[in-house]
Amino acid sequence: MATTLDPVTLSVIQNGLIQVCNEMDLAFVRAAFSPVISETLDRSDGIYHRETGALIAQGDLGLPVFVGTMQFGTQEVIRRARAIEPGDMFVVNDPYLGGTHLMDVRFVKPFFYEGELFSWLANTGHWPDTGGAVPGGFSATATEVEQEGLRLPPVKLFKKGEMDEEILSIILSNIRIADQRIGDIKAQAAALTVGERRLTVLVDRYGRDTVEEAIVELRTRAERQMRAKIAQIPDGVYEGQAFVDSDGVVDEPLRIAMKITKKETDLTFDMSGSSPPCQGPMNSVIATTKSSIYLAMKHIFPEVPINAGTFAPLAIVEPGGTFLYAEYPRPVSGCAAEVSQRIAEAVFAALTPAITDLLFAAPAGTSGNFALGGHDPMTGRSYVMYLISGGGYGGSLDGDGMSNGCSTIGISKTTPIEIIEQRYPVLIEEYALHEGSGGAGEKRGGFGVRYRVKLRRGKARASFVMDHGRYGPQGALGGGDGGVNRVLVKRGGETYIPPHLSKDQDIHIAEGDTVSVCTPGGGGFGDPLERDPALVEADVGRGYYTVDEVADLFAVVIDAATLTLDAAATEARRAARRGRAAE
Amino acid sequence: MASQSKVVGVDVGGTFTDLILMDADGGDIRVAKVPTTMDNQAFGVLAALEETGVPLDEVRSLIHGTTATTNALLERKTSAAGIITTRGFRDVLELGRRTRPQRYGLKGHFNPLISRERRFEVSERMSAEGEVLVELDEEEVRDAARALLDLGCESVVIHFFHSYINPIHERRAADIVAEIWPNGYVTMGHAILSEYREYERGVTGAVNAAIQPVLDRYISRLRDGLAERSYKHDLLVMQGNGGTVSSTIVVEAAVKTIMSGPASGVMAAAYTAKDAGMPNVITYDMGGTSCDAGLIRDGVPQVNSELELEYAMPIHVPMVDVHTIGAGGGSIAFVDDAGMLQVGPESAGANPGPICYGRGGERPTITDANLVLGRLDPKALLAVENPVSLDAVGAIFERDIGRHLGLDAAGAAAAILRIANDRMAGALRLVSLSRGHDPRDFALFAFGGAGPLHASALAKELGIPRLLVPARPGITNALGCLVADVRHDYVNTVNAPVMDLDIERVHAILAEQVAEGRATIEREGVEVTGITVLRSADMQFLGQSHILTIPLSGEEVTRQELQEGFEAAYWSRFEVELPEIRSVLVNLHTAVIGKRKDVPLGALAHANGADGKSTAARRVWFEAGWAETPIYRREQLPTGAALGGPAIVEQLDSTIVVEPGDRLEADARGNLIITVEGG
Repeated sequence: MATTLDPVTLSVIQNGLIQVCNEMDLAFVRAAFSPVISETLDRSDGIYHRETGALIAQGDLGLPVFVGTMQFGTQEVIRRARAIEPGDMFVVNDPYLGGTHLMDVRFVKPFFYEGELFSWLANTGHWPDTGGAVPGGFSATATEVEQEGLRLPPVKLFKKGEMDEEILSIILSNIRIADQRIGDIKAQAAALTVGERRLTVLVDRYGRDTVEEAIVELRTRAERQMRAKIAQIPDGVYEGQAFVDSDGVVDEPLRIAMKITKKETDLTFDMSGSSPPCQGPMNSVIATTKSSIYLAMKHIFPEVPINAGTFAPLAIVEPGGTFLYAEYPRPVSGCAAEVSQRIAEAVFAALTPAITDLLFAAPAGTSGNFALGGHDPMTGRSYVMYLISGGGYGGSLDGDGMSNGCSTIGISKTTPIEIIEQRYPVLIEEYALHEGSGGAGEKRGGFGVRYRVKLRRGKARASFVMDHGRYGPQGALGGGDGGVNRVLVKRGGETYIPPHLSKDQDIHIAEGDTVSVCTPGGGGFGDPLERDPALVEADVGRGYYTVDEVADLFAVVIDAATLTLDAAATEARRAARRGRAAE
Repeated sequence: MASQSKVVGVDVGGTFTDLILMDADGGDIRVAKVPTTMDNQAFGVLAALEETGVPLDEVRSLIHGTTATTNALLERKTSAAGIITTRGFRDVLELGRRTRPQRYGLKGHFNPLISRERRFEVSERMSAEGEVLVELDEEEVRDAARALLDLGCESVVIHFFHSYINPIHERRAADIVAEIWPNGYVTMGHAILSEYREYERGVTGAVNAAIQPVLDRYISRLRDGLAERSYKHDLLVMQGNGGTVSSTIVVEAAVKTIMSGPASGVMAAAYTAKDAGMPNVITYDMGGTSCDAGLIRDGVPQVNSELELEYAMPIHVPMVDVHTIGAGGGSIAFVDDAGMLQVGPESAGANPGPICYGRGGERPTITDANLVLGRLDPKALLAVENPVSLDAVGAIFERDIGRHLGLDAAGAAAAILRIANDRMAGALRLVSLSRGHDPRDFALFAFGGAGPLHASALAKELGIPRLLVPARPGITNALGCLVADVRHDYVNTVNAPVMDLDIERVHAILAEQVAEGRATIEREGVEVTGITVLRSADMQFLGQSHILTIPLSGEEVTRQELQEGFEAAYWSRFEVELPEIRSVLVNLHTAVIGKRKDVPLGALAHANGADGKSTAARRVWFEAGWAETPIYRREQLPTGAALGGPAIVEQLDSTIVVEPGDRLEADARGNLIITVEGG
């Protein structure tokens, strides 16, 4: 059906809808208490179709991993909702109902225009705690979802605009540090109220019929744009893989097998060769699995707007029988933060040979969650501290990877050390570049971070949900892998390294003990022997690599005393290396 | 000896150096516009002064806005700086806060302002409470300073953890470095910004160090040039906070001159609008590549301390809050893969520029759209060296835009205009609605060469009832220099719950901030007629990380005032009440403002005695269709002249479009006040 809308009105309504979502994003983040929302921006807001729940618009400022899940979550609420009235608002965090993990709590609100249901507004925010075995919810050893926290089916937390105090009291009785959660609940609800006001103004302005027509047309156009992008990929079958270190319970890697078939303007993603469901919390619910593929494609084609049409050309074969299709009661706390990033990595790895100019070697791709829960004898209060961290990005045709980039699924900043030290009884003794961690390549990977935290007072328990401890982020087209993630605890003069390397929980530490973390570097891109020796010399001059490391990784000879390049020796070394490779 | 009665404002922009010279009594007024001399901006300033023909010994003060520091920073043409920092943290400036340049796409580049070989660590450590955990190793400081000098560093920043709460180590280290540092370019992080967040404070300090020598050399050249011409009086420099500072001390906190250009425009707007009886205005400046929006409430421009000049370059000193988007006259329009019309942010810039400049530009821009629609004078097309015909411009519009959207050239141009206006309206909404201000309570102050072309349409879109176009929209920044007051800002972090607040300490900090401001003004020796003090507090609920800023009535603030002021501000911003949670005082701000003599704006009015008749007419496109539209010359509109839209008023530095149904009046100060239809 050809639209009767003029192109300008269409553009203006598109901007208007996104602006409504941006306003919700901003209101939420500025009023929130959870640092995971206010600093880490672990939240998202959107508008959804009144019957199908299909995504109409999402804010520019939302967390990438929620790109697809919010649509699935809203659809589950619509399916169950009865007797909807203006002012009602559902709360839900059930992972199996279109969610991620329990900590991502969704609010879903019907939006009425002149008394009739027009659409749904929804947002997701990561709460710092929803109960369960460990503070923060990232239990590395949970074997069923009940150990991970309180699970809420869609229930009306607000009825006709009034908060249901009974439901609220159930929630507050089951979570830690409940006193601040009321602030987050009000902020999350207020954001949807802002959306309601702004959307009313928009529909008033252009008229109900025009806005509805625009929504249909925008969906068609986003699909058309995505198909135009996909057309750049040559027809064929592309395969890639990625590994999760372990599930936290059984010390074995989990494999993601990604087979992508490109035909005309359609892509089909088949992950059926992946590992079976796991005992520990590294299972992914299907909503998160799909969302991870969506966000990977958005990283490859950033210009395409986000609505349901964008994803129409992406067919995902439901990977039943694998850990990427978790069913109740499989534990899932690691799916949003870690498994999602490995899925994206497998997509990148598969498509790099097909569209080399758009892609990049693997990024560090871990959220680097480190939670420390304890009691401060000086203030008499309990606390839960979260440190997240970035890592190196992969090299690409555009240049070397960036250092300490944000996780693939995130957009957040880390909390300043000075603020951490003001809030918690810790001293951060070092926060430095993880030297040597950038994967070797013609364009090398960026570097991860190395930090060390000392407990100043009292006792505490440390938990980690990280990844890439066993295998570094993969290099591309001959590039080397990035450096691995490392965790090292020194307690009572003894060194402890988690058996699963990147995942552990409830490590007891006391005053004076330290926790050291090194995060992964990005993968290298292209043959390291092709890297300009002058750039290698500069890297050594800055202490990014040692003289020995570059001799090995890049076959570049640097004089150890003067740190200057020995061009002739480098040439000879590279020739010998190439000769050996040719044999 | 001649009477020293003249004041001069000079703004060095990216393309032109603009100057206004005015007699303090409002008599004589001269303006000059000369090309900016990029290599040594002082030449352009001196050339502009010469162009006025007024001897320098008649000038009492010269106020100067410069892009020298902002440009040096953006182009990374700064001097070699080094850093001495707390052991364990030399990479803070390189690691940032784990970000990426774009939300989607895992590529990008970032070069730290100070590269790794120029970053040195020394033993010292302060706790978050300000107690010394590790004593300062003075010998290491000396060694680090020597090593930096050996590496050819010209300036150095000393950046220690928690120095905002206890600066003794930074001070001691600075003393040690100063003993061997040859030129005085030694920055202490806490002295520039006494606020927590090690990356932001570190970058702000590093920026200061990196541009200090650049600014010093520039100011010296200018002072020398002026001295050669026997100028002995005040030379003031604009700062990003919208105030001025004496050139004798500007180099100490060089970072404060960043973004002074946009700030001076907003200051001129505040002054002009207040003078015209409109204390609440939204400012809208549109130039060749971008448009800037700001907000002025009760005559005071909003100030923000969280500027990010470019990706990962936060500069956290107070600056006039200006929101910039990439929509200017040169912004390019195109149709994307989805068949949607997009305008900007890519710009044709000055070269090749819009198609109509005749310099080889071949892609439709906003300026070209205005031309196709008769909003700009098509005759001006012929005034360029290699003229392009209107038909040729139209053909490109049909080819690039119209064909894809089923529109003719004019239809395509109209569509571009509406998309551009929609984006710019978004920027204006962001500084008003998104921050809790209703645009209907404001007037729109339009300036810059292109601002007045679009302002009337934007005002209608946003429900803004009135528009103010100043006498000389194209040289507003230079006027801002002329009218700005001397201003110094201070911030100190407190970070304590209001309930447990040591209120005596709050009073002491506020008193100290004022004392420091007064002493600085004294030291500058600039003539001021009085001193005003503005105080405010950054607050939050315990556990939050974002802050809300509330004004304070005075130094003797009470806990109750803080509590109630914050709750009220929170309610008006979020409509949320949180009696369950304690509130926290985060930072205390004081601005000490030395009032400079008033400038009589009436002098800016154009020559009087003209008849106010239209000089020409042409067909112009409006939303309702094409209309034969009378054209007026600005200088021929006498005080009190009134006319109704549609109309176009042309002047040397701008073109003003009056939409059908709007009413225009010329006031006694040379402003045009446009009442928007239905406003």
